[in-house]
Amino acid sequence: MTNAKITVSALAIAAVSATAAAARDNVQVAGSSTVLPYASIVAEAFGENFEFPTPVVESGGSSAGLKRFCQGVGTEHTDIANASRAIREKEIKACAENGVTDIIEVRIGYDGIVFASQIDGPEYTAFNQSDIFNALAPKVMVDGALVDNPHTKWSDFNANLPDAEILAFIPGTKHGTREVFEEKVIAAGCEATGAMEAMMAAGMSEDDAEDACLEVRTDGRSVDIDGDYTETLASIDANANAIGVFGLAFYENNTDTLKVATMAGVEPTTESIAAGEYPVSRPLYFYIKKAHIGVIPGLKEFAEFFVSDEIAGPDGPLAEYGLVSDPELASTQTMVADESVMGEGM
Amino acid sequence: MTDATASDAPRARPSLTDADARTARRNAAEKRFRLYGIAAIGAGLFFLVVLLSAIIWNGVGAFQQSFVTVSVYLDPAKLDKKGERNIDDIRKVSTFGYNPLIQQAVFDAVSEAGIETEYTKAKEMKALLSASAAAQVRDTVLANPDLIGETMEFRLLTSSRVDGYLKGRVTRDSIARDKNIDAGHLDLVDGLQAAGVIKREFNIDFILGADASESRPEQAGLGVSMLGSFFMMLVVLILSLPIGVAASIYLEEFAPKNRFTDLIEVNISNLAAVPSIVFGILGLAVFIQFAHLPQSAPLVGGLVLTLMTLPTIIISTRASLKAVPPSIRDAALGVGASKMQAVFHHVLPLAMPGILTGTIIGLAQALGETAPLLLIGMVGYIATNVPDGIASGFLDPNSAMPAQIYEWAKRADPAYYERAWGGIIILLVFLLAMNIIAVLLRRRFERRW
Repeated sequence: MTNAKITVSALAIAAVSATAAAARDNVQVAGSSTVLPYASIVAEAFGENFEFPTPVVESGGSSAGLKRFCQGVGTEHTDIANASRAIREKEIKACAENGVTDIIEVRIGYDGIVFASQIDGPEYTAFNQSDIFNALAPKVMVDGALVDNPHTKWSDFNANLPDAEILAFIPGTKHGTREVFEEKVIAAGCEATGAMEAMMAAGMSEDDAEDACLEVRTDGRSVDIDGDYTETLASIDANANAIGVFGLAFYENNTDTLKVATMAGVEPTTESIAAGEYPVSRPLYFYIKKAHIGVIPGLKEFAEFFVSDEIAGPDGPLAEYGLVSDPELASTQTMVADESVMGEGM
Repeated sequence: MTDATASDAPRARPSLTDADARTARRNAAEKRFRLYGIAAIGAGLFFLVVLLSAIIWNGVGAFQQSFVTVSVYLDPAKLDKKGERNIDDIRKVSTFGYNPLIQQAVFDAVSEAGIETEYTKAKEMKALLSASAAAQVRDTVLANPDLIGETMEFRLLTSSRVDGYLKGRVTRDSIARDKNIDAGHLDLVDGLQAAGVIKREFNIDFILGADASESRPEQAGLGVSMLGSFFMMLVVLILSLPIGVAASIYLEEFAPKNRFTDLIEVNISNLAAVPSIVFGILGLAVFIQFAHLPQSAPLVGGLVLTLMTLPTIIISTRASLKAVPPSIRDAALGVGASKMQAVFHHVLPLAMPGILTGTIIGLAQALGETAPLLLIGMVGYIATNVPDGIASGFLDPNSAMPAQIYEWAKRADPAYYERAWGGIIILLVFLLAMNIIAVLLRRRFERRW
């Protein structure tokens, strides 16, 4: 009996591995967890409207997705990498080393990053970059001198802010969102408060001062969240005084528990981000392996469908979910139609 | 010594029926211990009841879904402009072409029910409908193009906000700043529900359907990931049962007892206690990075869970082999059976109920395991494709039930939270069923000596 079962299992494994090498007929996408919801909305609609099978969309982060993308050309490698940041020089080089040379870069739209807190919590309704810098940087300017951050309450440095303990939940360093948060909020606040000038006056080179401007205090008032926004939401739920950093789409799905703060006087909405008024936003991309077009059925159709007006336009399902539609969508559409690769005519 | 006996002598001999101070203390201690025991059991039961009622309270809503039943006029001018009923022409009309027809149908239903509304355009009915509605109508039309030009009744999913409102999750206060739906829409929902157009019904698609994207939680189901779990369990059963039983029979009946076999035994017991995440890392390194098996495939998940289940099966199999009395082996050997005949004709059949019980418990443990699956990519992925055959079931990316629940709990829309609890109910039903089968098998076949 045991013998029979072993034979059966051996046969099953043999049969399974024999089919492993068979060609693939679905598009495979991997990458940023920020782009995942959008990509999966498109994949679902694509499966409904076309004769091609529904593309397989996986998350794992921008860097991991681009790494898999760059592993080579062939059906065993992914066709599209989603990224919440532009591809880096290093990654293009790594791609080229593995024979992935013709890459089509597609910008699908913009994503806003918002500061939100408990709906019944303190009145965190208006911030600017200096406020966040004063609250969260390790060294700040007090009375014209650069000192270790003495602030424990928001009202310590800005009388318009509530008299509440400083506590912020920000994305961990593995997130693409963290980079945007550092560059567009902390660094901007560093320059605005004059801390950067003070650092350079104290003998730091410009590069070192720029790096020092990206740092966040480590005394427990700023907490890194390595998980998803749901984790940040849970932390906010447990701390009435806390503020958290979220994606615009996540906030818009949870308006019943969160209230959002303006940044530099601008309320984050898809409109204010599209107009470029709201300062903390970033472009979202996906990258197509040109060598796979024509080999993987439906790849080009999927890319064209993704950037079509019906999907990525201002009234499409992506905008409804929270994506800020790209005002230059039309040129992206021609780019995808012409299959123009990166580095051409740029 | 003599002093002591002298001082003892005058004391009256205590009666056996009267408890002296020490006996009373001992009895009190026992009573206290019993109370501690009862309190411990009571606390355990209390938490079990709290847990189960929380799960059912939160999750039972997922089994019901709100549907809107409307008559949609399949307008030939929109769906087949050439009028030739050519399937390729009809196919060119995407789901976006169907939306206006369905919205018009809902708008007509509103005026038919005599509900006063501030809305004047059919397009404003969009907030009531699930994005899946258009695909449902389009599929029906493509399956039967002759329907174009007729008016047909459809039962369509409502949007998750409407469903949440009828379930009490979404309130008028909570949608104050929600841009997907307005209070006016909720008035319409009230009216349509009174008119019987919108109804809450049992939703079989939650159990059998595929996962959906983040914008339509109302459509998501556990079916595809259930298949993923099924294929994984198949791999675990096919591999771990024969390997585990063969290993334990050899170790128990044939292997010489020496240092080396002792070492193996100790290590098997240790393996059973290794945290499951370790097996996940091992699986990632060996099966995916070294052997290049496909990522997110139930085959890989099954292999990892096999590693995890093997020690459990080996330990329980050895225990049940040990429980077979030596007299049976001796009798078989005494009438001239070979060692192998004694084992396979007599010992193994008698140990079988115990082996099966152990296997089922091991499988149940593997079914609920999530941690190793995180590392081999069975999470963070939308399981929408139903496997179209055995090979695709093993090799195509899929999720598993616990991984799907984790995935739902992570998503932004609060409607997915309810589905995560609902998924837990289904998973618990499976685990309960497997454990009951294990208990029944043991009751039915177990022999005592």
